[in-house]
Amino acid sequence: MATYTLAKALNEGLRRAMERDPKVVIMGEDVGKLGGVFRITDGLQKDFGEDRVIDTPLAESGIVGTAIGLAMRGFRPVCEIQFDGFVYPAFDQIVSQLAKVHYRSAGAVRLPVVIRIPFGGGIGAVEHHSESPEAYFAHTAGLKVVACSNATDGYFMIQQVIASDDPVIFFEPKRRYWEKAELDTTATPDPLWQARVVRPGTDVTVLAYGPMVKTALEAASAAAADGVSLEVIDLRALSPLDMAAVLESVNRTRRCVVVHEAPANVGLGAELAARITEQAFYTLEAPVLRVTGFDTPYPASRVEEDYLPDLDRVLDAVDRSLAF
Amino acid sequence: MSDGDPSVAEAHPELVQLLSPEGERVAHPHYSIDLTPDEFRALYRDLVLVRRIDIEATALQRQGELGIWASLLGQEAAQVGSGRALAPDDFVFPTYREHGVAWCRDVDPLWLLGLFRGVNLGGWDPNAHNFNLYTIVIGSQTLHATGYAMGIQREGGGPDGSYPGAVIAYFGDGASSQGDVNESFVWASVFNAPVVFFCQNNQWAISEPIEKQSRIPLYQRARGFGFPGVRVDGNDVLACLAVTRAALARAREGSGPTLVEAYTYRMGAHTTSDDPTRYRLASDLESWKLKDPIERVKAYLVRNGLADADFLDAVQAEADELAAHVREGCRALPDPEPLSMFDDVYVEGTPHLDRQREEFATYLASFEGAR
Ligand SMILES: Cc1ncc(C[n+]2csc(CCOP(=O)(O)OP(=O)(O)O)c2C)c(N)n1
Ligand SMILES: [Mg+2]
Repeated sequence: MATYTLAKALNEGLRRAMERDPKVVIMGEDVGKLGGVFRITDGLQKDFGEDRVIDTPLAESGIVGTAIGLAMRGFRPVCEIQFDGFVYPAFDQIVSQLAKVHYRSAGAVRLPVVIRIPFGGGIGAVEHHSESPEAYFAHTAGLKVVACSNATDGYFMIQQVIASDDPVIFFEPKRRYWEKAELDTTATPDPLWQARVVRPGTDVTVLAYGPMVKTALEAASAAAADGVSLEVIDLRALSPLDMAAVLESVNRTRRCVVVHEAPANVGLGAELAARITEQAFYTLEAPVLRVTGFDTPYPASRVEEDYLPDLDRVLDAVDRSLAF
Repeated sequence: MSDGDPSVAEAHPELVQLLSPEGERVAHPHYSIDLTPDEFRALYRDLVLVRRIDIEATALQRQGELGIWASLLGQEAAQVGSGRALAPDDFVFPTYREHGVAWCRDVDPLWLLGLFRGVNLGGWDPNAHNFNLYTIVIGSQTLHATGYAMGIQREGGGPDGSYPGAVIAYFGDGASSQGDVNESFVWASVFNAPVVFFCQNNQWAISEPIEKQSRIPLYQRARGFGFPGVRVDGNDVLACLAVTRAALARAREGSGPTLVEAYTYRMGAHTTSDDPTRYRLASDLESWKLKDPIERVKAYLVRNGLADADFLDAVQAEADELAAHVREGCRALPDPEPLSMFDDVYVEGTPHLDRQREEFATYLASFEGAR
């Protein structure tokens, strides 16, 4: 056991993956000497060389497009997109190419490409640096989408997605990069596609992922002081969703609140609410409620605290659920 | 002060330079400039004031008044030279670093601070000074500039076929790799659009040196797209002014786009969040310090008796005043009201968003007095 920040755990996870498989290459803007603007690739170019840790020209479509070619040639590229808002120049390569090649080639071609995206707000950044674009990718068949929330998952999940033969969009909660936790690198990791109950409870199920897991846990502590027991689930996988875990919990608590930073409209919360309604309609005591960013562009940072779901807004939704 | 001056040396033909780092006039076979003493002094004043705005903003970030700042230190001549080449009807598409161009467009520096302070996302009307909002997504604005130029073109020229204005698109050496930038070159060329592409090659894209973007000098890229490219000493305000003037005139005349590569150096960090000691040598910085864009103008003015101590002191005093305006104005920029985030999402509002806003207002009101 040792103490790791999420950033350091991801860095160690990448290092393990590169040691294990010489075909793993890292590509992105400033990932070399600088180690990425968040230092997630710190020291990797020094140890693995410029052929395996590639400072690319400044072009996201180029990063993902060439990663596809490298993958066709047997490599396992791990692309870093510097910030969430800069993935869109690569959107065509991701949704029209990366997502579809296995399908179009009738299974002949596998593209084990990982695209790492620091996402979400809360760091007081200028525009395009605080977005939560996960729904675009979860909406796209052929892509798998995951989000880590803590150091242990950062360390193991990054290795698991690199080992996966499907293309994966890997979201990292940038405002949690510096949070520390104990990490046992010798532990047996949870399976990649499983959600995890991070706090058991009986009254309301709170579904969260990425940066909002911590927020949900804080809400659960506050609720406990008021005698309300929240069960917090870290979804971890956003596509495919681990509905078995979600339904197991909701069938016990009969109430559910979904929390994410992304806007509500056509987001992950909508999909979860629909599936829960379809699959557990008679057990529900209240509609599935969502606590999300608003349906506006991500606002100026001086009001982001109002935009982002926080403990109070989660508790407000819990109260509304219980009052139904 | 004309180029017939016998004291002028011959510049390297590839790099247009009209004022050497030592402050001596240099002749160039294609470009020349004749300035009155007043015009020369005005350029000096611009350079000093622009640097002062930038230094003040950097200090404000250190004091926590700005979330981040992208410094233009070292790029003053590229920005003032090109900015002063603009005519009133020309239109500017900046990146996030064109504070000096903004100055030349009479944009109050306080307008620029809102984005960096986090109180708005730009918030100004691009038409007020023909100066578009800052664009952070690298390269996007070059396509907007090209489209805008196509608009000017489609409105038609005057009796002599010339357009009332041209467009200038700023971008960096890193941006030159983006698909959007390359597409904008194709479009501008094919449509012969009245646009000038002004690339400030400051040698760095965050931690990546220019070699990570190009194997040939950037200005040479233009040729393959079918329009002229020229490399100018980006630390020479005279050369930047002369070359940009010529490129804009060419565009207005209907002769199509030009790529200007202003060869300069990012003297500071990429932004206040960056630590360049991790990736570049201090010795590079030292060699560029000798090419400072302001010192050479000062040297020329003083040596030729165009500026005395009174003038230099007056510019300093004006810079102090401007700094105070930036400092006090920045601190006074109010935080937005939480509910204002729902404003202006659409031209014609939607019932859904109206309801979301109302619900949030009710929610906020529920805390009143309780906190
Ligand atoms: C599409 C996109 N990708 C990545 C970034 C992050 N980023 C901001 S500035 C920058 C480097 C830009 O370099 P350059 O074009 O040379 O301009 P400079 O900052 O040197 O003025 C990067 C990678 C971005 N803003 N937009
Ligand atoms: Mg640059």
